[in-house]
Amino acid sequence: MTPGLIYAVTGLLLFVIGAAGVVLLAHALRKILAFNLMGSGAFLVLVGLAQRTGGVDPVPHAMVLTGIVVAVAATALALALVRRLHVLQVELHAKDASVAETEDA
Amino acid sequence: MKALLRGTVVLLALALATLMLVAVLDLPMPTVQLPASVAANLAQSGVEHPVTAVLLNFRGYDTLLEIAVLLLALLGMLSVAGPQTAPKPALHVRPDPVLQALARLAVPLMILAAGYLLWAGAHRPGGAFQAGAVLAAAAVLLNLAGLLPAWSTPGRLLRLGLAGGFLLFLAVAAGLLVEAELLHYPPEHAGGLILLIEAGLTVSIGLILAGLFLLFGARPAAAAEES
Amino acid sequence: MPDSLFASLFDPLPWLIVLPLAWASLAFLLGPGRGGRLAITSLALQLLLALSLSEQLLNEGARIYPVGGWGAPLGIDLAADGLSALMLLLTQVVGLSLAIYARAYFAAEASAAATWFWPLTGFLLAAMNALLLAADLFNLYVTLELLGLAAVGLVAAGGGAAQAAAALRYLLVSLMASGAYLLGVALIYATYGSVSFATLTPLIAAQAPQAVWLAAGLMLLALMAKTALFPFHFWLPPAHGGAPAPVSALLSALVVKASFYLVLRLWLGGFAPLGAAIAWLPGLLGAAAIVWGSYQAIRAQRLKMLVAYSTVAQMGYLFLIFPLLAADGLAFQAGAMQAVSHGLAKAAMFAAAGVLIHATGQDSVRGLGGVADRVPLTLFAFALAGVTLMGLPPSGGFLAKWLLIDAALHQGQWGWVILVIGGGLLAAVYVLRVLRQAFLPAADASRFHPVPRLMEWVAFGLAAASVLLGLRGIELIALLGVGGTA
Repeated sequence: MTPGLIYAVTGLLLFVIGAAGVVLLAHALRKILAFNLMGSGAFLVLVGLAQRTGGVDPVPHAMVLTGIVVAVAATALALALVRRLHVLQVELHAKDASVAETEDA
Repeated sequence: MKALLRGTVVLLALALATLMLVAVLDLPMPTVQLPASVAANLAQSGVEHPVTAVLLNFRGYDTLLEIAVLLLALLGMLSVAGPQTAPKPALHVRPDPVLQALARLAVPLMILAAGYLLWAGAHRPGGAFQAGAVLAAAAVLLNLAGLLPAWSTPGRLLRLGLAGGFLLFLAVAAGLLVEAELLHYPPEHAGGLILLIEAGLTVSIGLILAGLFLLFGARPAAAAEES
Repeated sequence: MPDSLFASLFDPLPWLIVLPLAWASLAFLLGPGRGGRLAITSLALQLLLALSLSEQLLNEGARIYPVGGWGAPLGIDLAADGLSALMLLLTQVVGLSLAIYARAYFAAEASAAATWFWPLTGFLLAAMNALLLAADLFNLYVTLELLGLAAVGLVAAGGGAAQAAAALRYLLVSLMASGAYLLGVALIYATYGSVSFATLTPLIAAQAPQAVWLAAGLMLLALMAKTALFPFHFWLPPAHGGAPAPVSALLSALVVKASFYLVLRLWLGGFAPLGAAIAWLPGLLGAAAIVWGSYQAIRAQRLKMLVAYSTVAQMGYLFLIFPLLAADGLAFQAGAMQAVSHGLAKAAMFAAAGVLIHATGQDSVRGLGGVADRVPLTLFAFALAGVTLMGLPPSGGFLAKWLLIDAALHQGQWGWVILVIGGGLLAAVYVLRVLRQAFLPAADASRFHPVPRLMEWVAFGLAAASVLLGLRGIELIALLGVGGTA
């Protein structure tokens, strides 16, 4: 069991846990964290499997660098959406509360 | 019902994991050996480090699209943020003199480190992304110390900085179309062109990554009116 | 080596990718709300480039373009054949028409969605072009992400809580799918040492260990989720139904076609030996999509939700071709024709819906009374688009369904024939529902808002194109034949 294979197996497990997390977890922030776990798992698999024979392969390294940047970009957009949703829902609750107040009064 | 669905998902996940483990432990040797190809062509790529060569030369087209993804994420954040009536978001961090002193010491060193990483990318691990990330970290540190305000809609100069690296990369790629295919660097100029592109990218990546963080600091219009 | 000094400069293929990337960034530089005229001019140029590329392909056959000069498997290759040329033409035609429409739309209806519409649309169209020309699995991953993020940005822009929620759901589904796709790419690279189509196809045909089967399954499932194939369709109606009309049109007409194009490409190319075994699955899911999507469209209360569910149903037809793929190429031609005619028709339908909603000031189907007098051109456009969706002659939709039925009859599979005809009838129900409502007298004649004529003409133009497409079927099938993917 070479180190490369150990990384790959860990990556696969992380991927599956992350995927299950995105589906099962309720809170949006946790879903985003689970997605990052999925991504990291996929990167580990990519790099680990390439190393399983013992050599150093620069192509998966470049792919993972690209993948990390893409994951950062996607996470930022997802977080912005969560933030926007939160702000809008707070506004909605504030509006409902003030409408309820004027109805009571 | 919900428990049944959760159970199914967990079972499917376990099944997938087992299948993949069995498949992975059983892989034959790969047919195509790219590392040999990379090593053979490294001399003509213009840089000495294989990962940088793959990233900026052999698979440079992927990098071009990836910068587009990064810029697009920032654009998406700007779109999602909604109307920003607060013109200059306030610094809502209590300024801490110790942190500010540390930031004032660290940030110039970080900028220097970014410059070094950019230059070193040709010979050892480094390059535009790493340098850009360090620059972005410097900006985040300044923001957390209360020395740099968060961003709302970027002005013209900032937009130029954000999109400039990508446009430079695109211009070089298109310019090379005169002689040969897209992104086909002539071997004698490859090193210089790659350094030029990476320099532009460092600035842009630093600004975009900083923006991804700093745009969150802007108070949305409603909250600004309440406070 | 290029034979003349500027031959490589005037090659349309790289410019189809570079040009939209350039105008998208320039539109960003110009500032919030700007970039419309730049977009329209560049898209016109892109359409000319796509036509030039199609002509080149018809004369010289399919081509491979090595980016960076290195050539696969070391470098990244771009590939163009008949199918990609046809889809490129669809993208530029729909893109240009919707750009003209959007400019008028945002002038008539001031909306926060217009702030960064042009750069986002530019990146979306660039991603489409890059995806259609890609021949490298990892490059496809990056273009898929570019496309997905652009689409999500457009859905969320300027909207309220419902749009943000729909955008978040779309983003999470899209990211999960991309993650699964990436894992598939990782497994394939580990097995064969390359991610280039051309290198992989013979290697997979020779020997496909279990990891490659898993990778194929992951990648195809991921792409089907992105195409909103039943049961992964739940993200589409809120996202497409809630966005502004030009955005819905772009998404339904183009973005979902991109992932279908990839499924078709992988199925016919590298994964051909693997696909034959499970071809019944996409067929079954496609059938479910047709039935479920049409049912929900018939029940929908809001006009844009009706059109969005119609997309779910029509995408089902695309997946019916997989069990019918054979050497005669009929099912392949059917799939391509369906993709193109649905793209034109759905863009027309959403454009028309935008006009109807602007005119009546509300977006429910029930409130459409009286539009037949006010905006007859738009209603005619909606009806023409409906003709394509129903599959009536001489429309492109009819040609697609005809080819599909032909393929099914050749293989003696009657079930699909009944399904195709039934689907057409169901489409008629929801299209006629809208038309009937529109011919009823208006409840309140004073609340109509004037609509810019340009918007109506764009909707009409797209709808007419989708109907007249069937008349040019021979040329299109000739273009499809380039490259021998059939």
